[in-house]
Amino acid sequence: MENKRSVLRKFILENYLYTEDESALKDDDSFLDSGILDSMGILEVIDLLNEAFSIEVEDDEMIPDNLDSINDLLAFIKKKSLAK
Amino acid sequence: MSNRVDNLLANYVKLDYQAEIDKISSRIRAMLRESLHRRGLVVAISGGIDSSVCAALAVSAIGAKRVYGILMPETDSSSDSLHRGQALANHLGINYTIQDIAPTLEAIGCYKWRDDAIKSAVPEYGEGWKNKIIIDGGTKGKINHFNLVVEDPKGNRQTKRLSLSNYLTIVAATNFKQRVRKNMDYFHADRLNYAVVGTPNRVEYDQGFFVKGGDGLADIKPIAHLYKTQVYDLARFMNLPEEICSATPTTDTYSLSQGQDEFYFSLPYNKMDVALWCYNNSKDVGTLAHALSVSEEQAQFIYKDIETKRKTTKYLHLQSLLIDQVDL
Repeated sequence: MENKRSVLRKFILENYLYTEDESALKDDDSFLDSGILDSMGILEVIDLLNEAFSIEVEDDEMIPDNLDSINDLLAFIKKKSLAK
Repeated sequence: MSNRVDNLLANYVKLDYQAEIDKISSRIRAMLRESLHRRGLVVAISGGIDSSVCAALAVSAIGAKRVYGILMPETDSSSDSLHRGQALANHLGINYTIQDIAPTLEAIGCYKWRDDAIKSAVPEYGEGWKNKIIIDGGTKGKINHFNLVVEDPKGNRQTKRLSLSNYLTIVAATNFKQRVRKNMDYFHADRLNYAVVGTPNRVEYDQGFFVKGGDGLADIKPIAHLYKTQVYDLARFMNLPEEICSATPTTDTYSLSQGQDEFYFSLPYNKMDVALWCYNNSKDVGTLAHALSVSEEQAQFIYKDIETKRKTTKYLHLQSLLIDQVDL
């Protein structure tokens, strides 16, 4: 899971915050409320979940609770992995 | 339309239409005289309600002789739209031209880029098929995402959720339509020494339903402060042709018939007007829920969707960002 956290954080830091400073992103920062990502950015993250972790996000799973922070994403990945 | 929606619109969105026409006309003249220094107005006429009202307001402001209409059909636009546009131009007595932009779009790759992206999602898509994109999620509390609907020549439909890259490519390709049209607007504006009218209504302007450098580009946007309901009322007040006053808002951009609510707003225009009006006037979710006959949870999702679209499209409104301020 630590590797997944690192992949997710690197994706957000490099592509949306344009920094290598790890302190720029807290794991519980809301992407949407903090303005880090907009809804198009969330769709980019959904693509990343598929490409990096082979996770398909179903329509009814496309809710902020699953996708709106690093911690939300890690919990969602764990839930999806257990369901496999 | 529900009675509640009707009543709310009647009570809160109603205007003194003659006073509004006088105000808009006066401001258009002042803008031309004081800021733009142009001697007329170009209006791209789609056959829809917004561009029709804008053309009529332009005529009200400066007279038919100083307004030039451009009708720009292409492969996927409806022939009804062209007929309505011609009916309007003739009704207003303005000079106009019809410019088929399909060959330009073909040459620039609009249709090929779009079709290649569609085929990537639906490999059997080909000659004789039709398509459209539908938005889903936001008003149900989910992340907005986009579904592709295709119809084969026998009328069989299938719907697929689009990957982000395919969605972005399809939209980028179809945005050529609005941008090519805007090129034509400014060609005629330049040769005539006219200014260009942009036709977004308030909901479109507020929610970012326009193409940057396309229909979003203009010198004057005379109805950007008016809800769509008010635009329809203005059309009727100005006695525009009935076929225009009763036309359903469509994008007229995709080959399958596509309402603006399907593509972007998720709500029919009258309900979207109510939702935005309630939001702008700080009405609580209970008021919106009652007006639209939806649950308070759904009303909250609608408010959230309004905020999300504002955020997502904020950059469309921005002028070019400069590193240092340049005083002019």
